[in-house]
Amino acid sequence: MKMKSVKELLEVHGKAEKESYFDWENGSFVDAEVFNAMKPFFLEKGYGNPAITHRIGWETYESYGIEKEKIANSLNVDSVNLALTFSSTESNNISVLGTTKLNKKRKKIIVSSVEHLSVLHAARALYDQGIKIETIPVSHNGVVNLDILQEKLDENTLMVSLQSINHEIGTIQPIKEAIEIVKDKDEDIYFHTDASAAYGRIHLDFLDLNVDFGTISSQKILGPKSIAGLYVKDGIRLKSIYEGQLSVETLSPDVEYMPLLAGFAKAVEIQFNKFKEINEYTLKLRDKLMYGLQTTIPRVEINGPEGHHRAPDNINLSFLGCEGEALTLESSMNGIFASSGSACTSRILMPSHILTAIGRKPEEAHGSFLMKLTRLNTEEEVNYTLETLPKVIKRIRSITGGIEL
Amino acid sequence: MSSRIPLPYAPRVLELFRNPQNMGHMEDATVAATAGSPACGDVIVIYLKINDKTESVIKSSFESYGCASNIASASQLTILIGKLTLKEAWEITWKQVSDELGKLPKIKSHCGSLAVGGLRRAIRKYYSEVNKKKPDWLPEEITKDEKHALEEEALAEKLKKKYVL
Repeated sequence: MKMKSVKELLEVHGKAEKESYFDWENGSFVDAEVFNAMKPFFLEKGYGNPAITHRIGWETYESYGIEKEKIANSLNVDSVNLALTFSSTESNNISVLGTTKLNKKRKKIIVSSVEHLSVLHAARALYDQGIKIETIPVSHNGVVNLDILQEKLDENTLMVSLQSINHEIGTIQPIKEAIEIVKDKDEDIYFHTDASAAYGRIHLDFLDLNVDFGTISSQKILGPKSIAGLYVKDGIRLKSIYEGQLSVETLSPDVEYMPLLAGFAKAVEIQFNKFKEINEYTLKLRDKLMYGLQTTIPRVEINGPEGHHRAPDNINLSFLGCEGEALTLESSMNGIFASSGSACTSRILMPSHILTAIGRKPEEAHGSFLMKLTRLNTEEEVNYTLETLPKVIKRIRSITGGIEL
Repeated sequence: MSSRIPLPYAPRVLELFRNPQNMGHMEDATVAATAGSPACGDVIVIYLKINDKTESVIKSSFESYGCASNIASASQLTILIGKLTLKEAWEITWKQVSDELGKLPKIKSHCGSLAVGGLRRAIRKYYSEVNKKKPDWLPEEITKDEKHALEEEALAEKLKKKYVL
């Protein structure tokens, strides 16, 4: 890649007069409050290794304990049962791959067809070890079929991994019922939930849920990237999946990095202190934007459920007759940032596995447009998008012309 | 989301995406041909208006259901076609299209191929349906770029069977 040409590309692209950022699924920034919480840990304190016996080390250890406690409290779990990792991808990998070391006799892992790739790919990587992967189908709204889950459970089942909310189409999964079904069948089957998209959106109490492992992410609640968490139920001795020097954390070898942890904790504090307010706010913006677009633009489909069955921050629409990459780019040139599950945006040129799992035809998946709302979005951004996106869609459809789909 | 890859297009792709040349349905086209498949998210229609006497292009245009590089490839191709004779137009390669676009990212090279596949399909159609005197320079066997379009269409069929419930 020549950086000079990327610079030229950006010059040709230009910058719209107004901008609306909705691509929180793929990238987020922190606000001043979170950044200010991180700043002293970059500049003046907490830079030691919390496992070294000197003042700087102990001061770091103290800050580490205080900040981590805030995250654990948000889930109603004890701090010792929460491992810090570097990403939700890592948390998901530790859960799926690490569980195979807990019980070597059982050889079956059950996942849903709409899990994040860090669960699906980690599970598929176990084929070589003789582990069988069972994939549970979902309804047209993305809800996991619990009857099929029940049928698939047997004495060979090692673990079940089902996400709490789908990150792409916002389906709130019946996770409590799923855990009950699994644990009623056999207490020894491990249950992991990837709660990255659910954390801070719906009430999550990992103790009450009786879940064994739960993934959460800092980035998804507007904390810094490169830090995430994994809840591990008391008494389960999950092991790291890679080797290195251990410090306080033992599941993810390396040295804890206080600026990230302090930012994560501040984001948790904001999200949970204003839990109801934030979620009501994004829900209001979600419905205004989603239904506003649906009613002003012809040939639109909503991907995923509606109302309270849908995550309060998620909008996923398919604009028929539009190809997603072209749509994303035209939107970007008009200052609207979102992403698409189109094949053309992916590495393998296949449409989103989630949209095909809910029965969307490839040409419907290609026209998908994912937008997320956070406390940092404004009504003005929503109004601008309602005004601008119909023109964007119109132009892309004019390029498609009379091509029949 | 699917796994992604950076696609730092050359500025020319964005320029043509923003201001596509020769875009749109052609009412008085002599011949039109489609390549690609909606299932793959990649369809190009090439329209040609042909002077039968000189066997050369009077004008060409395109429609595209596809990504920015698909749109830019089709547009760039019509610019390259200009008023060439059909023999000359036949000789345009995907590499030429890609080079004019400042080289398409590798994963998008099929876009150039698809556009050229569509053009060649249109030229073949002209010699089989309109002007039935097939010239010597037109090969019997399908060429690589045409083959690519066929492969993509076959893949689309597979995709449909796999995903449509």
